[in-house]
Amino acid sequence: MKFEIYRYDPEQDDKPYMKSYDIELEPSDRMLLDALIRIKAVDDSLSLRRSCREGVCGSDAMNINGKNGLACITRLTDLKQPVQLRPLPGLPVIRDLVVDMSQFFKQYHSIKPYLQNAEVAPEKERIQTPAERKELDGLYECILCACCTTACPSFWWNPDKFVGPAGLLVAYRFIADTRDHATSERLDDLEDPYRLFRCHSIMNCVDVCPKGLNPTRAIGKIKDIMIKRMV
Amino acid sequence: MTIPRRKFDAVIVGAGGAGMRASLQLAEAGLKVAVLSKVFPTRSHTVAAQGGIGAALGNMGEDSWLWHMYDTIKGSDYLGDQNAIEFMCRAAPQAVYELEHFGMPFDRNDDGTIYQRPFGGHSQNFGERSVQRSCCAADRTGHAMLHTLYQRNVRANTLFFVEWMALDLIRDASGQVLGVSAMEMETGEVWLFHARATLFATGGAGRIYSASTNAFINTGDGLGMAARAGIPLEDMEFWQFHPTGVAGAGVLITEGVRGEGGYLLNKDGERFMERYAPNMKDLASRDVVSRAMATEIKEGRGAGKDADYILLKLDHLGIDVIEKRLPGIREIARKFANVDPVKEPIPVVPTCHYQMGGIPTNYHGEVVVPSGGDPSQPVPGFYAAGECGCASVHGANRLGTNSLTDLLVFGKESGDTMIRFLRENPGHKDLPADVGDVSLARLARLETQTGGESVFEVGAEMRRTMQGHCGVFRFPDMLESGVDKIKRTAERVRRTGIADKSKTFNTARIEALELDNLIEVAVATLVSAEARKESRGAHDRADFHQRDDVNWLKHSLWYREGNRLEYKPVNLQPMTVESFEPKVRSY
Repeated sequence: MKFEIYRYDPEQDDKPYMKSYDIELEPSDRMLLDALIRIKAVDDSLSLRRSCREGVCGSDAMNINGKNGLACITRLTDLKQPVQLRPLPGLPVIRDLVVDMSQFFKQYHSIKPYLQNAEVAPEKERIQTPAERKELDGLYECILCACCTTACPSFWWNPDKFVGPAGLLVAYRFIADTRDHATSERLDDLEDPYRLFRCHSIMNCVDVCPKGLNPTRAIGKIKDIMIKRMV
Repeated sequence: MTIPRRKFDAVIVGAGGAGMRASLQLAEAGLKVAVLSKVFPTRSHTVAAQGGIGAALGNMGEDSWLWHMYDTIKGSDYLGDQNAIEFMCRAAPQAVYELEHFGMPFDRNDDGTIYQRPFGGHSQNFGERSVQRSCCAADRTGHAMLHTLYQRNVRANTLFFVEWMALDLIRDASGQVLGVSAMEMETGEVWLFHARATLFATGGAGRIYSASTNAFINTGDGLGMAARAGIPLEDMEFWQFHPTGVAGAGVLITEGVRGEGGYLLNKDGERFMERYAPNMKDLASRDVVSRAMATEIKEGRGAGKDADYILLKLDHLGIDVIEKRLPGIREIARKFANVDPVKEPIPVVPTCHYQMGGIPTNYHGEVVVPSGGDPSQPVPGFYAAGECGCASVHGANRLGTNSLTDLLVFGKESGDTMIRFLRENPGHKDLPADVGDVSLARLARLETQTGGESVFEVGAEMRRTMQGHCGVFRFPDMLESGVDKIKRTAERVRRTGIADKSKTFNTARIEALELDNLIEVAVATLVSAEARKESRGAHDRADFHQRDDVNWLKHSLWYREGNRLEYKPVNLQPMTVESFEPKVRSY
């Protein structure tokens, strides 16, 4: 199977280049990550992140034939050859397929991604009805792979100011949680020309999310709540 | 060459569930703690846990920590230390409530309490009938838990060193542990993390086997570092083969599938677990179910054209239950087995999953070694928790859900123990003069080695040896030849070479360093397994088919130097209740 992979090692290369590989696969190789491991066995200088190989850790996000996705759950049979692999767009490249995710995590951290509730905790669990808990479905499953945020043109233009779809999805995860008491502070923090409102519902995030989540809908819900509290 | 040094009160290696539960204690106590992780914390392997956390909340019917304790001891095939097991089962409900208070999105009952599902080996009233004890968030419990713990650590301002790989443990001449050497993956730079207390929470080493549910990062780094520093490894012959790994892919399918009512079938459509475990059936403990499956396959009743897998049926649960309780499983089955479990069964095989053994600790998380006649003398400044530690609560076989219970309870307890130690022992002891030399020598070897052996090929040889010689069923001749083979492979590991010499995010170098750790675990496993002449829990020998409490009710301790084995007694004395005497184990 034929691949063209973005290569760049700042110690050796003046500029990035695409390197071609033609690799014989075994019948047990189903996913793109399996092929990348075969490639690495013959060329150990190819750098990429990977861990769980089942789509839950979020390590091996990359740009696959022009679309962001996780190598470990992308079927080889679904890919047009030569398969073009590039690092996630919009973030500085450290080396090959490894990007510097500092800006992505900085935005995630900026929304205070933790439950805020100053009440003294009860002796047992806090009570939450199944319907209240259901509000968190489609939100808590985010794996922070950055496929969505790095597919978002608004983030490419303003990575320092726009929170991005992943961070906003998590922001809404806490707004939607009946146990979190910081909704108005969270909304205040997002009420800004950039942090939330740079989202123009382009919906690239929904298109690429490997977990099938919908950040655009979550962002829409934040905007709705914000409008409601204004009137 | 002098290596940059930084001082911390405490250093924690590993940012999975155990490491981050411990770091939370230390950070919230205002101590200066550094957490090192090879991956961004939410990518640690705790993220892949599916089924739930075992705790006797009693939300679904009567339950008690004492029953949980009994089940855990029976599940361990009586090799678990009963004081540690009592400690864990008593502390489990509080650990779950705390996690809920941190924001964990548990599933809920109609009355708003945490939903609990049945799980293998967990029972009411000392084995009478199955109980609902597993606290879960759909089939993504580990993911929900790891993110919650990371988020709570963000709130506590814990200092993370992300994508730093620890290289070696630092001990002084008296044996006290003073931190670790570590390498930043992005730059290749080596630092010394000088700490008054050091916790290993590095997880398991399931990547010693070819077929494993484990992530690529599960390379036993803590075990390798401890073994090289002269610390023995306990009960390494006991590896859990999870009954339901996707055939061919190894990806985990939670026992929660059977907890929710799924069951196993052979090629004849027979629900064979009724023959092996008439009472608990598909919810017998994992060693029992995996052996039953392997027996069915061995005797020609496996499914598929090569009769080499078992079918996990859950379509009768209906799409609503599957979508509500097991959505991740449906996703995995479609992706990795090409079946939709709403319609068809999932092909599964027993797959290496969990390491019951590890770095020996007491139930306070202190690493303990035999010294001066005491089998369990604490090593000052050194702690271990989670899968890399061995308290020993899992003994010869872990019950499903108890891994998450273990890392919450012992993560927190080791953090608290470290806080006490730090208060009583102010000031850093001096680092030894040759500190870091060992690590620099390892790196220099990789730098200068020419014509070395391929890390990929030597690793594959190790994994094949483990898979072929030390699996679900163990045979004396295979164990003996396995020991020889793995020792030869260990020699080859010393001669590995890498073509990539770059300093920048060099993953070839990381994989070579990881193989140094994996091989210690592999050797420890085979040597310990060959020596244990009985069958107990996950260790099943064809030539000694029975458990032998007279000669073998004891923990193995493997020392790297000379591949020496020692043994220490099992603690059969709980903290407050009567001892559970070993008896015949049936489900």
